[in-house]
This record gives sequence, C-alpha cells and structure tokens, in this order.
Amino acid sequence: MTSRSAPFAIRSSRFDWTGLFFAIVLTIVIAVPLLVVVTWAFTEVWRYPSVIPQQFGLRYWQQTLVRADVWDALWISIRLSATVTLLSAIICLPAAYAFARMKFPGRDIFFLSFLASHAFPKFGLLVAIAAIFLKLDLIATFWGVVLIQLVSTLMLMIWIPVAAFQAVDRRMEEAARDVGASPLRVFWSITLPQAGPTIFAAVLLTFVSTFYETEGAWLIGAPQIRTMPVLMISYINNQIVVQYGAVLSVILWVPSFIALMFARRVVSNGGFAKGFGA
Amino acid sequence: MAVSPRVLAPEGAFETESETTMAKLTIEHLRKSFGATAAVDDFSLDVDDGELVCLLGPSGSGKSTILRMIGGFEHPTSGTLRIDGQDVTRLPPERRPTGMMFQSHALWSHMNVFNNIAFGLKLRRLARAEIRRKVEEALELVGLAGYGNRQTFQLSGGQQQRVALARSLVLEPKILLLDEPFASLDQHLRERLREEVREIQQRLGITTLFVTHGQDEALAMADRIVVLRNGQCEQVDAPDIVYRQPQTEFVAGFIGSMNFLRATVEGGRFRHGDLSIALDVADGPAVLAIRPEDLGLAPAEGETGATVLRSTDFGSHIMVDLESEGGVRVKAMTSPALRFDKGSRAKLAPTLYGVYRDNRLIASGRLPASPGECKINRSVQTA
Repeated sequence: MTSRSAPFAIRSSRFDWTGLFFAIVLTIVIAVPLLVVVTWAFTEVWRYPSVIPQQFGLRYWQQTLVRADVWDALWISIRLSATVTLLSAIICLPAAYAFARMKFPGRDIFFLSFLASHAFPKFGLLVAIAAIFLKLDLIATFWGVVLIQLVSTLMLMIWIPVAAFQAVDRRMEEAARDVGASPLRVFWSITLPQAGPTIFAAVLLTFVSTFYETEGAWLIGAPQIRTMPVLMISYINNQIVVQYGAVLSVILWVPSFIALMFARRVVSNGGFAKGFGA
Repeated sequence: MAVSPRVLAPEGAFETESETTMAKLTIEHLRKSFGATAAVDDFSLDVDDGELVCLLGPSGSGKSTILRMIGGFEHPTSGTLRIDGQDVTRLPPERRPTGMMFQSHALWSHMNVFNNIAFGLKLRRLARAEIRRKVEEALELVGLAGYGNRQTFQLSGGQQQRVALARSLVLEPKILLLDEPFASLDQHLRERLREEVREIQQRLGITTLFVTHGQDEALAMADRIVVLRNGQCEQVDAPDIVYRQPQTEFVAGFIGSMNFLRATVEGGRFRHGDLSIALDVADGPAVLAIRPEDLGLAPAEGETGATVLRSTDFGSHIMVDLESEGGVRVKAMTSPALRFDKGSRAKLAPTLYGVYRDNRLIASGRLPASPGECKINRSVQTA
C-alpha cells in the first residue's frame, strides 16, 4: 500500500504524530491558563514554590458572593448586554438587509464605514466619544454605556447578517412572491429562516462580546456603572488577592459557555462559515 | 384518520377544478430597457387557452426577461400584459394568477416537501384538511405520492423539479411559466421530465409559457415556438413550420442543422460552383439555405462538384461533410445505399431550399431529385 494509491487508508493506519503535536501545543496554550485560573478560584493558600496549592476551599467564593457590588455588577452587565444586543439587532438587521438586497447611492462607502470604526485604535475613538458624552451628560449613565458599546457591535451585526442575507437564493424569495406572499411575508417566512442560524450566531457573538467589553464600559460608565469585567479589573488593581479575580473569572465564564454551547448547536450546519462569506 | 384524503378525492378531481382556470394571455408591444440597451423590443404575442408556447433563443435574446415580466419580477418599460382580458402589467407577482417554475427549482430548504407545496395554500387561509387534500393531489399528479415528509435535500434533482412543479400547480394558476426548468438535469432525465410535464400540461389544459435555449425541448413540447433574437421576435409558428419554413436566415441557422451557400443572383440565376438554380427574385446577394437531409449528392466526374472531407455512418443514415466552391463547408445526409469516400468528388443536388436576403425569406423551392442521385425519401417532400 502506498500513500499515492490509498491516502485515506494511510491516515487511519499510521499514527498521526503531527496532529498529536498540535493538539498538545494547543492544549498547553489554551487549557493551562484556564486551569490555573480555576485552581486559583478554589485555593485558600498557595505559596511559592509549591506546584499545587497548600489549601483548597470555598472561602473566597463565599467572600465574593456575599458582596452586593458583585451582584449589582452582574445585573448591570446582563441588562447592558441584553439592551445593547436588542438595539443592535433592531438597528443593524434591517440595515444589513438593505445592504444585501438594495442598491442605493453611497452603499459601498456606508458599508465600509462600519469597518472604519474598527480600523482606529479603539481607545482613541473612545476618548473622543467620551469628550462628546461629557457635554451631553451621558458619562456615568446606563444609556451612555449602551451607546458606546453599541458602536463596537455595529460591525459584527452588519457584516455577518449582510453575508447571511446575500447567501439567500433570490429565486427562493421570488418563488414565495409567486405563490402569493407579500414582501414582508417573504422576509418573515423565507429570508429570515434561511439566514436565521447565521444571524443567531451574530446575535450571540454580540451578546458575549458586549458582556466582556471593558474599555468603553470603564471609560464612560465609571464609577456609577460598573460591569462585571470592570469590577474584576478594579479588584485586581486595588487588592493583590488573586482569588477575587479568579472567582469572578470563573463566574464570568458561565454565560459565555452557555452561549457557545448554543452557538455550536445552531451553527453546526455551516451557517457560521457562511456568515464570514464562505 | 381512517380514510386517506387521496381516496376521498376522486380520480381526476384536479383536472375538473383546473378547467375553470384556463386562460388566455395577451402581450402587446412589450418593451424592457436596461439603460441604453433594449432587452426586449416591441414584443407582442397571443397565447390561447391550454396552449404551450415555447420561447426559444440564444442566451441574451430576452426570453427569460419576457417570462419574468409576465410573472411580475421585472417591470416592463412599456407595453401591456393581459390575462383573460385583465390588465396585469402593474400587478406585483403575489397578485398575478401566474405560477412560475424556476431553473434552480428554488425550493425552500427550511421546509419539507409538504410545507413547500402547502405554503401558498396557507397564505390563502384554506382549511387544514383542504390543504392536506390539495397537497396530496398535487404530489400524486407529479408522481411523488407519499413524499410529503421528506426534506428537500433528500430528493434527487428530478424529484426537486417535480416538487417545484407541484408547488406551482397546486395553486391552479391561470398561466404556468417555466424558466428553463430542466437545464440543471442530465440529458436522460431531461427527456423524461419534459414528456411528463407536457403530459400533465395537456391533462390539466393549462396555458403554459416555456423558456428554453434547447431546440430539442422546444420542438418536442411546444404547440407553437417563438424564436427570439436580441429581444425581438423572429418567427412564431408551430414546431414543424419553424423547422421546415424558417422565415429568417437566423431561424434557419438556429434551429436544426443548415447549409448556407452565399452568392450573387445574376440574370435570375443563383450559381455556386456547378450548381445553378433559376430564381424568381431581383438580382443581388442571396443566401441559399438547404437542410442536410434535403441535400442530395451525385457522383461527379473529374474536378467538378465538392470534395468529400469525411463520411460518418450513423447506421440509419450517413452524414457526409464536404468542402464546396470557395471553401464552403456543407453537410449532406444520405442513405447508406451509396457511399462517398474521403477525397472523392460529389455533385450537390438540393431538393428543398430557401433563399434569404437581408435575413428575410424571399423565395423557396423544390427541385426534382436528379437521376443517379441518392437521397432519403422523406414524407415531407411529397406533402
């Protein structure tokens, strides 16, 4: 048997050392830091040079979870992310449909402008916006943070749905018109379900990225509006107790983990790849 | 349910309902411009009740644009479309009594077969039992009874097109529009499906417009063929007329295989090599068009006649490729009784011909088969 005649047989019979190597490297790069953080979250005493902590325990969980500011921050984060995602969807999805299906003057320039907000160093942009917000009395308000975070979701929520809408076969929509559906009905019954999985992935990504967004939330929201990531940073900055940060990190993983599980189910049929123009 | 709805619906229920939906389509001076170019230029056509008319033309001839305008997917620049006398020119697709079948079947992949067909009925707010009955009837009509629960991706290409046909027919449209529906199928399937579609169309008696660039399809299915070029109508006739009496040089060359001999008519005679035909036309340039089956060959002496380049035996007939005067290539279909070897000389002896000038037919004629010549006797020549 030569590799030329039966490449598939070779793959199964001979051990794939290259694959194993990459798997190990990836595990080290991705999993080890996660493992360290999780370990820290359940550690009470861990002194150098010991490899494993001297004392495990849930003391810091207790100390973290009894704090009112943690629960406030979590509640604010969820409200913020939900509001931003909803607004972003309301604004961006019709816009994405327009970009995908309609021809209007300046279409390409408009389209690129969404990318432009990501082409600048973000912090510079944020400071400039913060100066404007200061005049508008939006600093340290809920809606100020909503607005700033909305800006950073625009690209994701425009570009992926545009690709999703463009991937919908025009003739499917025409066939629906043909059997008697109004344009609105076509959008609702044909276009949206066809583009659905990809759009759902975009919505999910928007929610998660908003949930973890720190720079904007910190610059515009502090000190009144403290989101979970901002709170975590302040913990790490103010007290050199690693466990607080670690516990919060583990708590913060929960929503993204749920989101990713959802995304996996929805996106398994290749909708996500479509979203990126594949 | 103890009794299946298919049993409840008497055989042929579909047809009787459809008889009331037969309709006449009238197209008047239809024009569609994209910028400066006219995709469709002053196109008029009447399609009768139950007639199947084929729009045939090369790509870019405007045939699909005409169909899409009838379906309501393109707005005419000018002109009028009437169905049963009602002006539908400005109506959106969802308010037209037309049903379109698309080249790429365009089934909705997030719905199963049943829901694909039922979608239009649901929009019309029919009762559930009624919808079920109609969908099953439609599935049976296209030979897919029991396929309702399948997903569309589980079907073969031919089955997908059948579902698309059922989806259009279930709404009992007055006009059925088919936009190259078999283009994506292989040859064998295409032939089978076009027979089935023709059979269903005749059974329902539904007025149908069919777009294709395949002349076989047009000749096999149509009651009448409309040959289009550059958005303009070249000829509208029954398939045999379009084939045997093409009214323009373009149609002559587009449908079937045709030999063209170009010469100048002088003194009422058309001369090409040693071929000389008396024509009752004014002197000037002319094109003589002869089908391979109407071009007889006779053995020629010495350096006269045309040179045989190739002779291909198809069993029932032999196709002879020749090079005539001035390097003109011609094809002749002869009977296997007389063989012409490569390099030998043959005299061209046309029996049926058309004469064209400026793309129009100006004369046509028939010549007796000369003695010693060999050709296939075809019933059309004596008809």
